[in-house]
Amino acid sequence: MTGILSLTTFTPLIGVAAILLLRAFRSHEDAQTINAVKWITLVTTLATFALSVLLVMQYDPANPGFQFVEDHPWFAGLHYRMGVDGISILFVLLTAFLMPICIAASWFSIDKRVPAYMIAFLVLETLVIGVFCALDLVLFYLFFEFGLVPMFLIIGIWGGKNRVYAAYKFFLYTLLGSVLMLAAILVMISVAGTSSIPELMNYKFDEHLQTWLWLAFFASFAVKMPMWPVHTWLPDAHVEAPTAGSVILAGILLKMGGYGFLRFSLPMFPQASDLFTPLVFALSVIAVVYTSLVAFRQTDIKKLIAYSSVAHMGFVTMGIFAGNAIGVQGAIFQMLSHGVISGALFLCVGVVYDRMHTREIAFYGGLVNRMPWYAATFLLFTMGNVGLPGTSGFIGEITTMVGVYEISTWTAVVAATGVIFSAVYALTLYKRVVFGEITNPALADITDLDWREVAIFAPLIAMTLYLGVYPAAVFDLTQASVDNLAAAYRAAIGG
Amino acid sequence: MTPQSLITTVVFAPLIGAIVAGLFGRRIGNVASQSITTGLLLLSAVLSWTIFSQWTWGGLEPFTIKLLPFINIGDFQSNWSIRLDGLSAVMLVVVTSVSSLVHVYSWGYMAEDDSKPRFFAYLSLFTFAMLALVTAADFMQLFFGWEGVGLASYLLIGFWFKKPTANAASIKAFVVNRVGDFGFALGIMTVYWMFGTIQFAELFPKIPTMANEGWWFAGSYWHAVDLACALLFVGAMGKSAQFFLHTWLPDAMEGPTPVSALIHAATMVTAGVYMVCLLSPMFEYAPYAKQIVTVIGAVTALFAATVGLAQNDIKRVIAYSTCSQLGYMFFAAGVGAYQAAMFHLFTHAFFKALLFLGAGSVIHGMHHEQDMRKMGALWKYLPVTYAVMTIGTLAITGFGLPNLHLGFAGFYSKDTIIESAFAAGQLYGGVAYFAFVVSIFAAGLTAFYSWRLAFMTFHGTAKWGHHDDHAHAHGHAHDDHASSAQIETHDEPLADHDHGHGHDHKPHESPVIMLVPLLLLAFGAIAAGYVFVDHFVGEGWHEFWRGAIFNAVDNHVLEHAHHVPTWVKWAPLAVSAVGFASAYYVYIMREGMGAALAARKGPLWTFLYNKWFFDEIYEATFVRATKFLGDLFWKGGDQKIIDGLGPNGVSALSYAIGRRAGRLQTGYVYHYAFVMLLGVAGLLSYALWAWA
Repeated sequence: MTGILSLTTFTPLIGVAAILLLRAFRSHEDAQTINAVKWITLVTTLATFALSVLLVMQYDPANPGFQFVEDHPWFAGLHYRMGVDGISILFVLLTAFLMPICIAASWFSIDKRVPAYMIAFLVLETLVIGVFCALDLVLFYLFFEFGLVPMFLIIGIWGGKNRVYAAYKFFLYTLLGSVLMLAAILVMISVAGTSSIPELMNYKFDEHLQTWLWLAFFASFAVKMPMWPVHTWLPDAHVEAPTAGSVILAGILLKMGGYGFLRFSLPMFPQASDLFTPLVFALSVIAVVYTSLVAFRQTDIKKLIAYSSVAHMGFVTMGIFAGNAIGVQGAIFQMLSHGVISGALFLCVGVVYDRMHTREIAFYGGLVNRMPWYAATFLLFTMGNVGLPGTSGFIGEITTMVGVYEISTWTAVVAATGVIFSAVYALTLYKRVVFGEITNPALADITDLDWREVAIFAPLIAMTLYLGVYPAAVFDLTQASVDNLAAAYRAAIGG
Repeated sequence: MTPQSLITTVVFAPLIGAIVAGLFGRRIGNVASQSITTGLLLLSAVLSWTIFSQWTWGGLEPFTIKLLPFINIGDFQSNWSIRLDGLSAVMLVVVTSVSSLVHVYSWGYMAEDDSKPRFFAYLSLFTFAMLALVTAADFMQLFFGWEGVGLASYLLIGFWFKKPTANAASIKAFVVNRVGDFGFALGIMTVYWMFGTIQFAELFPKIPTMANEGWWFAGSYWHAVDLACALLFVGAMGKSAQFFLHTWLPDAMEGPTPVSALIHAATMVTAGVYMVCLLSPMFEYAPYAKQIVTVIGAVTALFAATVGLAQNDIKRVIAYSTCSQLGYMFFAAGVGAYQAAMFHLFTHAFFKALLFLGAGSVIHGMHHEQDMRKMGALWKYLPVTYAVMTIGTLAITGFGLPNLHLGFAGFYSKDTIIESAFAAGQLYGGVAYFAFVVSIFAAGLTAFYSWRLAFMTFHGTAKWGHHDDHAHAHGHAHDDHASSAQIETHDEPLADHDHGHGHDHKPHESPVIMLVPLLLLAFGAIAAGYVFVDHFVGEGWHEFWRGAIFNAVDNHVLEHAHHVPTWVKWAPLAVSAVGFASAYYVYIMREGMGAALAARKGPLWTFLYNKWFFDEIYEATFVRATKFLGDLFWKGGDQKIIDGLGPNGVSALSYAIGRRAGRLQTGYVYHYAFVMLLGVAGLLSYALWAWA
């Protein structure tokens, strides 16, 4: 099955080629062409998803190492090196799973520059999958940084009123992180003499150097997560991004930070990770409490959900740096779960935004009277956000907290208050939007979910419940690799 | 059928009903939805009684069925399972019996509601979650059921989602329960790292190994088992509405009355008691945690009983009564008489569900009036309801004759609790004596408020007929505020189904479909104690529980409870008689005296009427602090400090530079993207150069 990773990664580019070809033949953009473009994109993303499912089915969960490895000399001594293990494979699946949903969600809501929009998404998909498959530092960096460009354009071109400010903020933060990370990568390559990630994982960097390298990577990943206090770009980016942009941002791009911690910080700089664990724990619990409280006071639905994302990512970072198997498995699970649930919540916002073109909480109220199916869907994902057992949201929270408890009970105590605060803001939002009577006359004729929207939500609902009831499906896949990682980390720090 | 397949059917039948009615309810119609959910619940109940009788008389052995792995990381192994033992056998019959009767009752009570399938789906969903809770074999499934019933409770309190007060109450219930779950979750983590397992069967034998060990937690060194038990008990306090975390329960009366009967009286709120009894192998090694349980339980029993004296909403009186009775169960467990706690849980389910459904019948008959001050003399109009409510009142006040060992259900269970507290006090002293004194006093209060309810509702002069204007707008002025201390009565917004009868309509008895469940529960309130006393707490308790409840070798509380002095046995009856007589004097002989006392608004009355000002205190502290900090972090932290010094500061700076440097700052995102690409490309070139 070698080659399947490259195939999965680059299949979206086939769609791009098809769209460009179509445009070459059709000089003007009529409705028919636009429609064809949409279908090409949807089919391409579905094909990519099918490939990723095949990938997971072929994956051997008992083998903790990298699988489906491809290694070709590239240029200037670099290698094109791809491979997945239990830590990365599910992110490939998540990406491919969310993409067709994003395309379907954009079907009618995007009306300008549709081909460019679709191309942006397809390119983004290739780059993001590439991030999770790359086994070469430079290749990883290329995917990682270039992945931001389509996202940046999606916000900047198809965003809302304040899109320039949001894109600027997004750019500024990420640039800061990536410059430092690049510097660190250069140092690593010159010191270790290789850019191969598997080799670097076995290389023992000097402890003093580790500290600097760790900080440089941390700057980049912390912004991506985002961790407090470098999180303020996220609410703005979400508010301005089109719905599908928010889904990808929350669902996948944020996970690149967590993935980075797992792939680089923990295995390559274990002593530094251990040294900085208190810092990470502190920032994580601040994120949980602080951003939950901020979320509670928001007046814009999307901002509220964006802040809740930051809070949920706090569980991820603390789980990762707990460095034990349950914490790390929990963190991976929490990322997957958050990808599905927060993506779905942004889609829920999109449903009413498409109809009313506002995200003001105060504008809404009483939607259940007109939109019972919408209310039920929104309720399910609200409960997922709150971490109700039976939904995937619970599993990630409890397992990361269990992991953290071993290292720091204080961190677990403060983090556990998150279960109270999340209920406060999420249920308040739900009540204000959905319950009560319809008092705003503009809502008198609002319509319930249509078939396209039901089709979009159905897989997300299924995933939230399936992972909530049978999380073992994920743990079975991640276990071997994570056990390996945790054992190596523990051995390295002598714990 | 094997017991295994029986119990599997018991657990999953309600889930099927919930799914069918919830997803297809509007397509298949009201009658089909109601029939399916109720039918499946009745099936569940019949099978539960089959299992229970096999357990009690047939010598059925405990077993656990593993259905599916749930969480499986290292030692953190949890399975979806169905556990049958003495405790779960009792809970199965409690849950399914009350639930099926409530389903039936709701055919009548909710007849005019326009979203019946949703209502029945929620009821069945609740039942499933509760069954998952009581049959859990490890902490994760227990927590699933625990929060699952919380979800159903949230949905049912807020069932009438157009009412702002109902919405506020539902959120309050969820959030306060989450405060409890905060402790519960930490307790589970503590147990896991302390013992390396979360499965009850593996955990319990390991407890003695930590009996004399310590544990670091949150910067302090604790006695290990005490710490774990205390944290878990916080969860129980939330779910079972114990002192400090009780404030959600009275507000939960915003839900339809059948919900109050099922969830907020008979089953869900007893989950905390169930958990403590289930974990008796832990609590028996946690002397300090047991004392906490005893004190909190006793204080709750007293506190809620005092508040119950001054309330005017018929449902709220019963709600506080529930709170108080739960307190009894907790201190029973706290002094080591878990069997007595479970017994009271069992009998209480019958008579409290009876009282609530009876109150529902009154509300129904009074055209949605809940204020007892507007009732009176109803016994003539609702004779059946009156009869069963009287039985329920006799049961809750524990009426019975100790010399004959004969009485209503509550007599057996409550007196066992009181006697156990006395016995524990004699044996070990300390807080058990406190619980004993409190329990005697609270028994008098219980008699007073229970008979006060009966007298104000059914006796005296009729206060309904002439001034008919319901206090409709009462609650609506208070919108979505979490505090609803002053909100007293809420008419349930059921469609009025007999406006044809003119304005001055008389109260009427409820239809047969509502009366049958009442009669069955009345039977339970009479007989449940007499029939099962020997099994639960008498000679046969070892044989009945078969290891499900653990008593340490030096715990002889239950044995001694049977041999307390005669005055202890008669004391509850005596104080209840005083309570009865006082209520009779105030509300019958000197009718109007109660209203006059209230009108004077003395300090004691004001204190009780306002429920010890808990809502006001919480509003002024927690709620305000949350809002204040939220605003502070948002507007101060994020906007002023982080953004001000971060991106906006940089932006202002670069703008200043940009003006000087020319037209680089064009504001187009493409340019940023381009610059970024250039930067990345440049750095990469450097990288390749440096490395090659």
